[in-house]
Formats: sequence, C-alpha cells, structure tokens
Amino acid sequence: MFSAGAESLLHQAREIQDEELKKFCSRISKLLQAEDLGPDTLDSLQRLFLIISATKYNRRLEKTCVDLLQATLGMAACPEQLQVLCAAILREMSPSDSLSLVWDHTQNSRQLSLVASVLLAQGDRNEEVSAVGQGVLRALESRQPEGPSLRYLLPIMAKVVVLSPGTLQEDQATLLSKRLVDWLRYASLQQGLPHSSSFFSTPRARQPGPITEVDGAVATDFFTVLSTGHRFTEDQWLNVQAFSMLRAWLLHSGPEGLGILDTDDRSEQEGSTLSVISATSSSAGRLLPPRERLREVAFEYCQRLIEQSNRRALRKGDSDLQKACLVEAVLVLDVLCRQDPSFLYRSLSCLKTLHGRVRGDPASVRVLLPLARFFLSHGEAAAVDSEAVYQHLFTRIPLEQFHSPMLAFEFVQFCRDNLHLFGGHLGTLRLSFPNLFKFLAWNSPPLTSEFVALLPALVDAGTALEMLHALLDLPCLTAVLDLQLRSLPASSERPLWDTSLRAPSCLEAFRDPKFQGLFQYLLRPKASGATERLVPLYQLLQPMAGCARVAQCAEAVPTLLQTFFSAVTQVADGALINQLALLLLGRSDSLYPAPGYAARVHSVLSSQFLALCTLKPSLVVELARDLLEFLGSVNGLRSRASLVTSVVWAVGEYLSVAYDRRCTVEQINKFFEALEALLFEVTQCRPSAALPRCPPKVVTALMTTLTKLASRSQDLIPRASLLLSKMRTLTQSPATSSMHSKEGAEAICTRATELLTLLKMPSVAQFVLTPSTEVCSPRYHRDVNTALPLALRTVSRLVEREAGLLPG
Amino acid sequence: MLLFSVQPHQPLDTLPDTARSAPSCGCLSCWGSLSPYQGLWLRCSTHPGAMVHAFLIHTLRAPNTEDTGLCRVLYSCVFGAEKSPDDPRPHGAERDRLLRKEQILAVARQVESMCRLQQQASGRPPMDLQPQSSDEQVPLHEAPRGAFRLAAENPFQEPRTVVWLGVFSLGFALVLDAHENLLLAEGTLRLLARLLLDHLRLLAPGTNLLLRADRIEGILTRFLPHGQLLFLNDQFVQGLEKELSAAWPR
Repeated sequence: MFSAGAESLLHQAREIQDEELKKFCSRISKLLQAEDLGPDTLDSLQRLFLIISATKYNRRLEKTCVDLLQATLGMAACPEQLQVLCAAILREMSPSDSLSLVWDHTQNSRQLSLVASVLLAQGDRNEEVSAVGQGVLRALESRQPEGPSLRYLLPIMAKVVVLSPGTLQEDQATLLSKRLVDWLRYASLQQGLPHSSSFFSTPRARQPGPITEVDGAVATDFFTVLSTGHRFTEDQWLNVQAFSMLRAWLLHSGPEGLGILDTDDRSEQEGSTLSVISATSSSAGRLLPPRERLREVAFEYCQRLIEQSNRRALRKGDSDLQKACLVEAVLVLDVLCRQDPSFLYRSLSCLKTLHGRVRGDPASVRVLLPLARFFLSHGEAAAVDSEAVYQHLFTRIPLEQFHSPMLAFEFVQFCRDNLHLFGGHLGTLRLSFPNLFKFLAWNSPPLTSEFVALLPALVDAGTALEMLHALLDLPCLTAVLDLQLRSLPASSERPLWDTSLRAPSCLEAFRDPKFQGLFQYLLRPKASGATERLVPLYQLLQPMAGCARVAQCAEAVPTLLQTFFSAVTQVADGALINQLALLLLGRSDSLYPAPGYAARVHSVLSSQFLALCTLKPSLVVELARDLLEFLGSVNGLRSRASLVTSVVWAVGEYLSVAYDRRCTVEQINKFFEALEALLFEVTQCRPSAALPRCPPKVVTALMTTLTKLASRSQDLIPRASLLLSKMRTLTQSPATSSMHSKEGAEAICTRATELLTLLKMPSVAQFVLTPSTEVCSPRYHRDVNTALPLALRTVSRLVEREAGLLPG
Repeated sequence: MLLFSVQPHQPLDTLPDTARSAPSCGCLSCWGSLSPYQGLWLRCSTHPGAMVHAFLIHTLRAPNTEDTGLCRVLYSCVFGAEKSPDDPRPHGAERDRLLRKEQILAVARQVESMCRLQQQASGRPPMDLQPQSSDEQVPLHEAPRGAFRLAAENPFQEPRTVVWLGVFSLGFALVLDAHENLLLAEGTLRLLARLLLDHLRLLAPGTNLLLRADRIEGILTRFLPHGQLLFLNDQFVQGLEKELSAAWPR
C-alpha cells in the first residue's frame, strides 16, 4: 500500500543532491567493480533505480558507473535480479547520449532481451531499432539448437516491426514467415520434460504425457495456445509467442505492408489462386510461397481455435482465454480475407456458425464486435445478408450490457472506427441512437469524447428533433437506467450502482403501470419518430437528480449539444431549423432538475438559438407568434435569462424588412408591446431572496431592441423615448438601487442615454441600428467618403456630448 | 510542477508538415484518403502495432475526500520509445525524457480521475480504498476498471487506448496501441495486478513497492515481454510463475 513512508521515500529520492548521488554512485561502482553480486549491490541498485525514475529531470551518473552497469548486464554469472535492475536503470535514463551498449550475440538470450529493452528505449536516434532487429534476425537464421533461445527474442521482433516497419528486407521477412509457420503448425504434441529429475523419480514419471485440450481431453490436432499440459517444450513456447504476434506480422508483411512492396504482382496472384486450390490439402499447401503459406497456416490455426473454444474449460483462466482467442481469431481472419479474398468463402460458414453460437451467450458478448466488423467488411463481397447481425448487436447488446464499462467503450469505439464500413447499414446505426445513448448516459466520463467524434455521423435530418430531445433527457435516462438495474433480479456479475442511494418512491413509480409508457419510451432501443413529454417523469425522479452518475452525465450534455448543433446545421433545411428553434425554446423550461443542469444547458441553447437565427434570419418573422408567446411567459425569465436575452436580441436584429419582406409594421408593434411589458415587469419586480436578480444584460438588451424596433416604425419613437428616460431615472433612484449592482446600474443608465440620443435623429438611428447589408463590404469601412465612417463620427460626437452632460 | 499541456520541446506548429498530414509509414496505400473517417482507420488498420506501449502503477487518492496529496507514479515502464523528434537543439535527449515522463504522468492523472468518477457514480465509500485485511483474496473481477482513448498528439504521437484497473489505493494501467485486442489486454492487466499483489505482497501493511523494482521487472519480462500481450493459458501462467518464484523466492 502507498503510505506516508513511501511518500517520504519518493521525496528523498527526488531531493537527493548531485554530490550525494556522486558518492552513492562511486559506492555502487566499487561494488560492481569487485563483482560483488550480493544483497548489498541489490539494495543499492534498487535505490539507484528509484532515484533515477522518481524524477522527470535528468540525473547525471558518472561514466564509470554507467559503463559498469552495462558490463554487469552482460556478465554471464550475474543473477537475474541484478541484471533486470541494471537494464531498468539504463532504460530509465534513456534516451541517453552516454550509452555504449551493443548487441552482442554471444550473450544468452535473456541478457540480449534486456539489452534490447534498453536500446529500444533510445527513441531510434541512432538507428538502434534496426540494429536490434538485425540482431534478432541473425539469431533466427542460425538454426543451431544450442543458439540463443528464441523464446526471449521473438517479442523483440514484434516490437521492432511496430517501431520501425521498414527494417526488414524481403528475404528476412520471408525467413520470419517460414519460422512462424513452423512454430504455429508443428509444435510438438508431447509435454515438455521436467528440468531436473530427482533420484527418486520413477522412469514412468519422466515419460512426458500428451498435450491435452482445455477440457482435459487428449489433443487430437496440432498444438495451439489453447492446448495445455504440465510442462511445455521450447517450440510450444514459441507457438504461443508466434500466435501472439501473428496479426501484427500479417499486417506488416501483407501486400500493403511496409517497406516490402510486392515487386512481382503476378506471383502474388498466382499464390492466391494456388491457395484456393490447395484449400483442403495441406501437403499441397507446403508448396506455397512462405507468405501465402503463413496465411494458410494462420487460417487453419484460427479455425482450430474456434473449434477449441467450444470446449468447456476446466479453469476460469482458460475460459477467459477462450474468449480472447475467439476475438483474435476473428480479427486474424478479417486480415486474411482482406489480403486474399479467396479465404472469404472458407471463413464465412465457420464465422456464421460462431455467431450463432455466441449470440445467445452473454459471457461471449465481446466476440460479437469483431464478428460484426468482419461482416461489415466482407458481407457485401460475400453476398451475405448480415442485417440480422447488426440488428442483434444494436438492439439487444446496449439494452442488456450498458453497465459494463469495457463493453461500452469497445462498442462505441467499434461504431466510431467502422463508420466508413457501414455504407448501406448506416441507417441501422443511426436509428439505434437511443440505445447507443444508454452507454453514454451510464458511462459518460470516458465516452463523452468518443461521442463527440461519433455524433456527427449519427445526426440525420429525419431524426434530428428526436435526438435533440434525447440529448436533453440524457441525465433522466441515467436515472431510469439506474432504476432498471435495481429492479432486475440480482445477477452474478454485480453491476456498479450507487447502493447508498435509496429512492423507494422512484422504484415504485418505475413499477407503476401508469408510467410504463413513459419509462418504455425513454428506454426505447430505436428511434421511434414520436416524442413524448416526459415532464411527469422529471417530478417522479426528482429524488435521483442529485446522484453522482446523473450529475456526471449532466456535465457532459452541454458539450454534446454543441456537437449536435454544429452537425445538424449542416443537414438542416429551413423547415427543420424552425422546428429546432421552437424545440429549443420549448424545452428550456422543461428539463430534468439535476443541480446546475438548466443553467449550463441554457447557455448552450441561447448561443445555438442565435446561431440558428444567423443561419436563417427569416425564422424570426416566420415564428413571430411563437416568439411572442415565449416572451409573454415571463415567469420563467429569471432562470432563463441568457436565453431570453438571445431571443430579445434576435428580435431586434432580424425583425426587419431587410431580412424578410414579409415583416409588417403590425408585427413590429406587437413585439414592441410585448417587450415593453417585459421590460416593465423585470424592472418593477421587487428583488427577493428567493429569486435571483435580473441581470442588467437583459435590461440593456430589452432597451436596445425596443429602440431598434422604434427606429423601424417611427410612430413608436415617442413611446420608446419616454420608456428610456424612465429607465434612466429609475436606475438613479435610491429605491431601486438594491436591484442592480453599481456597475449594472451605470451600464443601464449609459445605454439608456445613448439610445435616447440616437432616437433624437430618427434617420441616423435607423442607419446605425439597422445597417444595410452593405456594411459588411470592406469598401464601406475604408473609404472616408462613404457614409459609415462619417456617420460613426457624428454618432460618437453626439453620444459623447450627451454623456458629458450627464450628472455625476 | 510542470503541467503537461506544454510539450517541452515540440510545439505543434513546428512539426514538419509531413509528420501531421502524411501517414508516418510512407507506404502508398495510406495516402488515399476517401472520407473523413477513413483516413484515420487506414492509418491504424494497416499498421495497428498490436502491442502495449507502456505499463504503469500509480496512486489513487480517496474519492469524496479533500486529499491534499498528488497523484504519484510509483512505477512505469515504456516498451520501446516512440521515435524521438529530430531536434537539433542541445539537450534534446533530456527534453525527450522529460516529455516521456510527463506523458506517463498525464495518463496516471487521467486514470485517477476516471477511477474516482466511477467510484463516485457507483457510490463506493472512500474506505473501500483500504483492504479489510492483508490476507484477503482481492476480488479483481469486481475491482473498478475501464478504458478510454487518447487522441493522437495528446499526449502520445499516436492515438492510444488506456485500460485501467483500480485496486484499493493503487491504479494499474496499460497504454495500448489503438487497435489492440482489448479483451486480452484486460485479462493481462488483471493477471499482472494479481501477480504484483501476490509477489510483492502489496496489500500487507508497510510493504513498499518503490524499492522492489527488480520483482516488477521480473514479472513484466515474463508476462509482458517487450510489451507483447501473450495468449497464456492457465498452465503457461503457472509455469512462468514457478520460474519467477525460483528467481525471486518469496
């Protein structure tokens, strides 16, 4: 456990001074020079490792010390404890310019592996990666049985290929492929011998037994990672490592692999044809060129794994491994089929059977994702109708497994990474958004960024409104999912939910037939095309609004809303934009009451409302009736101040014939009256402890919009002027000073004065407050003789003069 | 403490153009980009590098408490460093090392906050961070766990996936190449955590893993050699464990 003692040890290690370290190093040097490989050295090296690894800044070690560490690493008699520490210290120092370690093939393979770990940590500044790769290859080439044990070297090869893909020459790649074939297909079927047989052991006990399957039966076919025994031979170890690196190697050595470009396409083609012919005959298979031969063997290996996974494992660990092997087998088959389509027909029937087998088994659910990917990639080429595969995947799995954090991540990653493969099935994916949102609602912290990437692909004009509702109801969905889990019979795998939270009334409501419809709507697996008002649920589920999972989800929603709007505006037509604007206003006062949720959502909604208006200014005229209604429902203003401000500003900006010829004087007058009433209401309202103060921004926005409207319908100017001067006096009267802060009152007063001044010259007012679209052209600003600079100067002079006359 | 947000030696805009827009491998098949989604996939699917990039052990602070300590990386191992940038300025190696350390710390912090959020969401009391008794078999199957993605350039050059496991006050994490077999990685991480807890007796009071790096290295070189996830069945695991116990008697 990490304790205070450990914390202080870390501090000591970090704070050690150069002088002290120097002394410590010279002590270590002495020990190493004397080839003292005892506990003192071990202890000192452990401390040195801590000193170096505990800080991110470089520690300078004496050259002799570094040299001795390297020498000790190469010493044949050195115990493993010390060797791993020497390597770890050198690795922790890297990248380092003082390293002189080289690949020396006379060392044993365990040492070579440690040397490689240091060299590969250098960041390939001096081509270390390729040097290590060549070293391993030389070991591969020398087929002497007494040569370095390849078991420790093969993983290095895998890493080299990943780090520096162009390292291998064509013939070297061929060699590796050949060796992999041997290990994968021809590992011995007898168990390994015990290392040392004691004097008393009977000769019978020394007889190695046959390899068995995971269920205990004697193996009937070649050795794989799912074959077991008590001891393993070297080639069986290599079999495990060969399979572990197989997929990466197939990809790197494949036709599109790196560095090795196929020089002769014809031979490649012939190879594939040959592999079709030799499909069932493995003796003919041996005649294939190495790369094709490897694919053939990989195919057989995967088929055997799939067959072996059907056996009932005696041990839990093996049962887990079976699942991981199935995933890998399907991934390898996918690679094979991409590289050589002739594998497709041979893989399909077996994978279809596999799908039938695992779809009913909740423990194998993770295998469904690579299977689905396989059918996505190859379904069309193989003319298989794989719709059933996706239907099952998108309908059942999220519904039943949303609470598994690993599956949730993998599922969403699967959708995100394979978007380009969905093609004709994109519709299925898009319609499944309510189900996908369950993963998000339950696991929002790791999945928010995934959904930011995925959401644009899910947005579709047909389901946009339903999706916006669903996003706004996401925290409510979290609460309902929680209830769903609680109401399920206890399962063996206990999902993580908050057991401290007790909400019996919520559970009762969840079971109440009266609300079944609403709960089922929220839990629907697919987009239904309909929307339900969930307000009754918000009240019922209020006790759960404060729980941590709901709060986490509520925090994610604003980001997702932003993503949603930026995607939907790409596909929305005018009618949809109107509907979105209406939905946004309508939902602003019906949200699940998670703490702080409404305020965060309002701030996104208000900026998005303005964005919609910018995109389609005529929506203000088209939706005039609804906007008036919204402005009339003032009781919600205090909590929706940001949204009201945006709407008020949009009215002032876009309710004009300049944007829509259908705009009438009557409309302008109506809005003027509504806003006038609103201004009156917000300024007359007595401040109280229960209600937050009305932000001055709302007041200034209202005054400005009223002035704008007056400048467009000049009969209103006297009313507007009267209103503004009233506002000016009001803010200066001590009675209302408690309503706004000093700065707020000042801002309102200044704005009122400016607007009053403008209204004194109606033509200037109209020009300034409703500028023609030409103001956007650069000429309008640059040329001193055009009207704008002139007008601006006039206006500012007027305003300044008036402001100068202001009292105090 | 230096925050990770500033990469010490490589601001993004100084990267050569090819490093950002072109696939790093230079093979022709990676150049065709057919759709916004396809570019990334092609790059990753062609060269998935199915390996582990790093393994780390770090502290987890108790959720719901105002713990003043910092998230500490107790041990980390990077398997084969990402290629160092061509940096002609002096002390390039030092900056490179600093960057690697910051990357690991960034992962640790993120795991810590993911774990804390998950613990909070599932209403686990903070005392769950302390084992009831050191002899208790730790139910690793029930331990908080999860996965998340790290986008390219943040903090690693390549996109990565992090798989993590929280055991009392310790976090264990694997940083994976983007398209690794997650089920295998999860199993391997559980295995590593189990081995570390058993062989280092991490749950016993007063045990300190800081001065026992050799054992951790011994476990990693066998069960995760050079970051290669291995398909080890139960008997292979037992064989390796015997080998380990012979080299490091408990």
